[in-house]
Amino acid sequence: MNRRPIFLITVLCFGFAFFYIPILSMIVYSFNASRLATVWGGFSTKWYATLFSNKQVISAAILSLQIALLSATCATILGTMAGIALARFKKFRGRVLFSGLITAPLIMPEVITGISSLMLFILMAQWIGWPASRGFTTVTIAHITFSMTFVATIVSSRLIAADQAIEEAAMDLGSKPWQVMKDITLPIISPAILSGWLLAFTISLDDVVITNFTTGPGNTTLPLLIWSKVKLGVTPDINALATIIVCIVGLGVIIAGIVMNRAEKRRDADIRLAYRANE
Amino acid sequence: MPSPQPVSAPVNTAGADPFVRIEAVTKRFGSFTAVDDVSLSIYKGEIFGLLGGSGCGKTTLLRMLAGFEDPTSGRIWLDGQDMTGVPPYERPVNMMFQSYALFPHMTVEKNVAYGLKHERMTDAQRKDRVREMLDLVQLTQFAHRKPHQISGGQRQRVALARALARAPKLLLLDEPLAALDKKLREHTQFELMNIQSQTGVTFVVVTHDQEEAMTLSDRIAVMDKGQVRQIGTPNDVYEYPNSRFVAGFIGSITTFEATVRKIEGQNAILDVPAMGGVKIGRSVPGLTEGEKVTLALRPEKIRLGRERPDDPNSFSGVVSGLGYLGKDSLYRIALPDGQIVTVNSVNARRVGEDERVADWEDQVWLSFDPTSAILLRN
Amino acid sequence: MAAIEQSDVPPHRKGLVSWFNRRGWSDIIIATPYIWLLVFFFLSFIIVVAMSFATRTPTAPPFSFGGEHPLINLDGYKRLFQDSLYIRAFLTSVVNALIATALCLLIGYPMALGLTRVSRAWRNILLMLVILPFWTSFLLRVYAWMGLMSNNSWFNRGLTSIWNWVVPTDWALRSIPMMNTNFAVVLVMVYSYLPFMILPLFANLEKLDQTLDEAAMDLGSRPFQVFRDVTLPLSIPGIIAGGLLVFIPAAGELIIPSLVGNSSQPMIGRVISDEFASARDWPMASSVAVALLLLLVLPMMLYTHFDAKAQERMKDEP
Ligand SMILES: Nc1ncnc2c1ncn2[C@@H]1O[C@H](COP(=O)(O)OP(=O)(O)OP(=O)(O)O)[C@@H](O)[C@H]1O
Ligand SMILES: [Mg+2]
Repeated sequence: MNRRPIFLITVLCFGFAFFYIPILSMIVYSFNASRLATVWGGFSTKWYATLFSNKQVISAAILSLQIALLSATCATILGTMAGIALARFKKFRGRVLFSGLITAPLIMPEVITGISSLMLFILMAQWIGWPASRGFTTVTIAHITFSMTFVATIVSSRLIAADQAIEEAAMDLGSKPWQVMKDITLPIISPAILSGWLLAFTISLDDVVITNFTTGPGNTTLPLLIWSKVKLGVTPDINALATIIVCIVGLGVIIAGIVMNRAEKRRDADIRLAYRANE
Repeated sequence: MPSPQPVSAPVNTAGADPFVRIEAVTKRFGSFTAVDDVSLSIYKGEIFGLLGGSGCGKTTLLRMLAGFEDPTSGRIWLDGQDMTGVPPYERPVNMMFQSYALFPHMTVEKNVAYGLKHERMTDAQRKDRVREMLDLVQLTQFAHRKPHQISGGQRQRVALARALARAPKLLLLDEPLAALDKKLREHTQFELMNIQSQTGVTFVVVTHDQEEAMTLSDRIAVMDKGQVRQIGTPNDVYEYPNSRFVAGFIGSITTFEATVRKIEGQNAILDVPAMGGVKIGRSVPGLTEGEKVTLALRPEKIRLGRERPDDPNSFSGVVSGLGYLGKDSLYRIALPDGQIVTVNSVNARRVGEDERVADWEDQVWLSFDPTSAILLRN
Repeated sequence: MAAIEQSDVPPHRKGLVSWFNRRGWSDIIIATPYIWLLVFFFLSFIIVVAMSFATRTPTAPPFSFGGEHPLINLDGYKRLFQDSLYIRAFLTSVVNALIATALCLLIGYPMALGLTRVSRAWRNILLMLVILPFWTSFLLRVYAWMGLMSNNSWFNRGLTSIWNWVVPTDWALRSIPMMNTNFAVVLVMVYSYLPFMILPLFANLEKLDQTLDEAAMDLGSRPFQVFRDVTLPLSIPGIIAGGLLVFIPAAGELIIPSLVGNSSQPMIGRVISDEFASARDWPMASSVAVALLLLLVLPMMLYTHFDAKAQERMKDEP
């Protein structure tokens, strides 16, 4: 009775073609000698050379990485705290508002988040003189606010799924609540914290709309640079940049996947061994 | 059928044509053989028990009957029809799943009615049938509840009603009572038997609980590692197991190494090092003198006393352990050569702490009837 | 422990330590993210709401609140109904987002179902392939389609020759005008948001008990009937989750319509951005934003909130 679901497999094939044909096409055309980005004119790597000699691109990439590292780290700290608060502290004053504040940014259209942050920064500058100018600081703050809610959601759902009896056992063995948090809870949620950080990092690295509103003159992140170029149309050096980004991300994801697959295989083998030993 | 099959005359089915015939069925998952060359016949109207330890292939065999798995080799016949390649939805077979598999988004009534959707009948007939089924399992007042709003035992009965609604020729029950607590399980066993005799449907019941198998089944197949080890009535497999595995799986036994000294017609005299000469009332055909065999004794078949009894088969030991279980007591007796024998004695009267037949370290005498010992060839 | 604390900790810190042990640690864990969110999210949200009632002035910042102007100025909201631009933008957004959501569901559902039916090893690889485009830059994914859709790309030429081969010669085209249309917007939205549909659907479908399918089949249902009666109704939570994850960002989308959309039919995100940045009309931009939140986001939030409550209640019952 194990018929192959032919229809489903066909849709899967088409779906993956849909996912990857545009990306592959972009990669192929990054080696296009022609200046016209969409007409093939022979093989060339000159756009990569152009790209690497473009100081603007390099400095934008560095700025993006700086913002992403800083905001992801802060967002992870704040988001982890928020996730623990949501999952473990059942009652505190203002809990409803708090959980609303965690979910709202997730479903708020980015444009609204962008203009509201900008208005906030401008008015704060007027009222208390800080932040004096918009740029690195304001972008980072906006990114932290936005991505900490993602981290909080990941951490709290991991915590809710985890067995609370372990924590109670630790408390029973004489640990103070905050020691339990440090010794038991944090290690349990460390994979969630890691994936939260990664997510916050990519969100920050990828963001256009919020950055566009909250940044100031002279602080152009990589997505903003691409945005301003892409608005003018398709150019081959963007293809080259895209290829590099896709390769870096793809390599990272593949390595992570292999590591995870290994771990899963090892776990399966352990389970099988345990079963054998029981027989 | 497996070769050593001394006692397996189907009691209530002699002469009848088998209703289900499983012919040399094997199922492999990759290199792992889950069901290994199983052949058996099931007769119309009986409750057939499939008994075996975890992972021995019971569910797999059942799923092949239902049509969820195809046998790697071999054939299954149902009511004279070859079932090879017939999809589950075209088989006159229904299954009661171990997890019940009730549709969580449908009410009890809709669950029971679901299988009737595909039958050609009028709405009124369909309604009547659902009512009839709910009456049968006494769930009429829960008809409009969803599965998560009723208790485990009620869910079990919904699953039964749903599987019976289409009036299948064969009903497969995978561990039907496993999820119930002990009291409810015992009660439901009899309910199941009642419903079976009311409907007359042939049941195949999978279980790993030997008591449940004995209570429910007309006949039992004992499985081990994908193979059928013995088929027979509950009485047969308990009193006349054909192998050490079956003897040990159903009930508990103590085994002794023995040598055949003499054969006298139906009877045999064995040499057992721990007891000396032992007389056996019901021998196994084809036994030869000098053959090494195994003698198996069930705890409740051994008598325990302080005095040496008149029996031919008696031997002595020292009480090395005892446990009070309420309705009976369990004694562990150490024989001179160190072997431990388990003996079960029924507490027919109320016994106080100091009125027991024997106490720790007491020297006691054990004896058994020649006809109640089990002789197993190696 | 207590004895050690008493002797080791100087008296002025003792209160602090015991406060920390008792409740300080949890107060800190709650208060830090709470204050951050109150200042940088809640306050900004309040500002938007307040701003929507302010009056536009040619000052810097370009608004005035109270003073010589009415404290609550409803002009912004009035204009929402008077100027058809806003209503059209709303409609365009909703229609585009709805079509994109429906298409995502149509493509994503069989893909998610297919993912649950392949072997474990394949499943992990394919899931990775679903997530992979999501980790690459969003802008670049939009950009990839700009390349494909432009008039003389291989994709457009291929489609054009198919078109010319199928239709009568009178309708023949030199290229298919795809860029700067609502079609392009929907196509790129589907492309960008498809993973958001597949992942929650997969998570939902994977959790479904396979024995339910078998039970339905055992009761006489053919595979399609099993799907219609069992799989589909049980996957509705996944469909709703995926649908919301696609619909909400799609309705407020700014980047896709400005890169591949028709600028004479702007979507609402573009309108907000233009009012704010080009027209420097903060109160109007805020009014549109508040309207968008009230009309689209709030109902969805309430729906999911009550749905979650209802689900919990169902679990609580015996
Ligand atoms: N789809 C499958 N793929 C691989 N192995 C399987 C599959 N189904 C069952 N098996 C293996 O076949 C063996 C028999 O399984 P089966 O489910 O029939 O056991 P069972 O007798 O019903 O056990 P239990 O009493 O625990 O339910 C097990 O070792 C199991 O691991
Ligand atoms: Mg089983």
